[in-house]
Amino acid sequence: MTILVDQNTRVICQGMTGWAGTHYSAAMLQYGTRIVGGVTPGKGGTYHLNLPVFNAVAEAMNETGANASMIFVPPENAAAAMIEAIEAGMPLIVALTERVPVQDMLRVRAALKQSSTILVGPNSQGVLSPGVCKIGVMATGSERKGQIGILSRSASLTSEVIAQVSAVGLGQSTTVGIGGDAIHGLSMRDCMQLFLADQDTHGVIVIGEIGGSEEQELAEFLMGIKPDIPIVGLVVGRNAPTERRMGHAGAFAQSAASDAESKINALKEAGVIIARSPHLVGEAIREAMSVPA
Amino acid sequence: MKLHEFQAKALLSARGVGIPEGRVALTAPEARDAALALGTNKIAVKSQVLAGGRGLAGGVRLVSSPEQVETAAAAMLGQILITEQTGPAGCRVNRVLVETEVRAARSLYLSLSIDAARAEIMVLAGAEGSEDIERRLQLGETRLERVSLGTGESLAEEIVIGLAKRLGLDSALQSSFAPLLDQLRKAFVELDATLIEINPLVVTEEGRFVAVDAKMIIDDNALFRHPELLALREEHDGDEIELVAQNRQLNYLRMDGNIGLAVNGAGLGLATLDMVHAANGRPANFMDIRTTATSLDVAHGFTLLLNNPAVRSILVNVHGGGMQPCDTIADGLGIAMRRTGRTCPVIVRLAGNNAEYARFRFANFGCKVIDCPDMWTAVTRATSAAQSNGERA
Repeated sequence: MTILVDQNTRVICQGMTGWAGTHYSAAMLQYGTRIVGGVTPGKGGTYHLNLPVFNAVAEAMNETGANASMIFVPPENAAAAMIEAIEAGMPLIVALTERVPVQDMLRVRAALKQSSTILVGPNSQGVLSPGVCKIGVMATGSERKGQIGILSRSASLTSEVIAQVSAVGLGQSTTVGIGGDAIHGLSMRDCMQLFLADQDTHGVIVIGEIGGSEEQELAEFLMGIKPDIPIVGLVVGRNAPTERRMGHAGAFAQSAASDAESKINALKEAGVIIARSPHLVGEAIREAMSVPA
Repeated sequence: MKLHEFQAKALLSARGVGIPEGRVALTAPEARDAALALGTNKIAVKSQVLAGGRGLAGGVRLVSSPEQVETAAAAMLGQILITEQTGPAGCRVNRVLVETEVRAARSLYLSLSIDAARAEIMVLAGAEGSEDIERRLQLGETRLERVSLGTGESLAEEIVIGLAKRLGLDSALQSSFAPLLDQLRKAFVELDATLIEINPLVVTEEGRFVAVDAKMIIDDNALFRHPELLALREEHDGDEIELVAQNRQLNYLRMDGNIGLAVNGAGLGLATLDMVHAANGRPANFMDIRTTATSLDVAHGFTLLLNNPAVRSILVNVHGGGMQPCDTIADGLGIAMRRTGRTCPVIVRLAGNNAEYARFRFANFGCKVIDCPDMWTAVTRATSAAQSNGERA
């Protein structure tokens, strides 16, 4: 099994006729993802990449039976595209668009509250289940089908970790880039819950970084349930430059400590095995899974 | 994008928020003229830098004549102001704001910002505004009241009145607090702000609210719908390096070491910094190449690194993705090396999409790079190269 996607995932692409939509849809079709159509307002009735294009998400769902949407709509209209898919009742949305205005995301999150849609991203690398389904912008080649779930806030670091996991002889059940923006859909905690409920995920790697408090929320969740599979963590940013900041009392009032050390400590206390260095994540999961070197 | 105090105040004033009468001056004589025009002898002279903590660092002076304004401005302009928030390098003062000093019957704290965890706009308000509020909050000497504005579409009357009561405002002030908060809400939403902070928010003896200081940050990702705000950046005196980075799809931060660092992706960048520190190396900069950068953009970035005399070695850690294959980075580096002619050791670690092709590109450019098979090898090689670099000047 996998999480979020499987062999029955039928994907439409919002923004398929644009440059990015075209490029990545083609790459995903080649990977074997079942893309069944695209949505571009005003281009309904045409064909692109030999697939039907619709004016609206609801129409595309009716016609194609799609159960997932990926969004390559530019930042100007990305939030509207997400809200349209949420309102159409799309079960899964993967938003790849980068640089979505933060206030737009407030409205997206408000729309999510009224629905059962799972939104991954925005600013996500995507979701990849090796050999089964790829919805995202990640390069493929170093992934391997297997039992390790990977959950991450970053993109290129995820690719690095996927390669490390494959190099020690393990593979991935699903890898999920939850997105690098402060306000996004699926949280670390909820993504972990999906992995823990998946029979075929036997270990999880969590890649966190400075900023926000999601790692702490994840730690709190893990404290409560004491998972019976190994979880390896990496939190980067311990030596990040202290950017000239415009401090304000608001940031202070909000602060669940967002530095690397606090996050590492919280995860450790919750039983997460912390990798000693970013280049040793593969080793850490190998040891945790008792795979001989 | 951070705004200067005078820029933030102008934007707020245009939306009906009370601000002190004032003018911006670029020179000391201009400051004197500004004071004369104000026609008062209670005057504040305030350094305009994009960082807080100015008052405690001597960047704000209260004086009582146009002559004193001129002297105070002369002492500030052209100088480097170092505050708690600027870091040791400080900020150069190119402008002062000359303002009528406002007599305060009371000082409050008021801010609007984004609560990321709850995905809503929050108002924080304190009954006591002051320059050192962060320290006082830390010590538990004062507290802030919090209310949610949701997505900022409207402001419920009972929320405002409840907040005003908790701040101890009398009924007359309560009724003028509501429009003020609504003006700030509209400003926050219309301007795509991520922060508006007014500290102190003064209540005058006549019972008016005046924003005596204002900080504002605009969401960079929303600037596409605010061309009018983009123009404010011209008054930002940003240094040339930051400007190049901004225009070339790079996230660049200066640091004080000797290893020029380039990566693709923030997460991989943070990971590389951590490894460089673990290897006892010191980065000269942090350069994250965005996925949207072309090879020419990348070339401009590497030129910054190669032209930095403090750089003794260059470390490139790239995991090529679907958006940006390794050869785009290789081409950029090749162009920059050819253009600058700099011969310092360049250590690269290439993985992922088109890594092999990138090696071929380096060879085509005739560039000598030290190609490492993994991240840790590259980090340690770059660190030792920076320490023992016998490069010809």
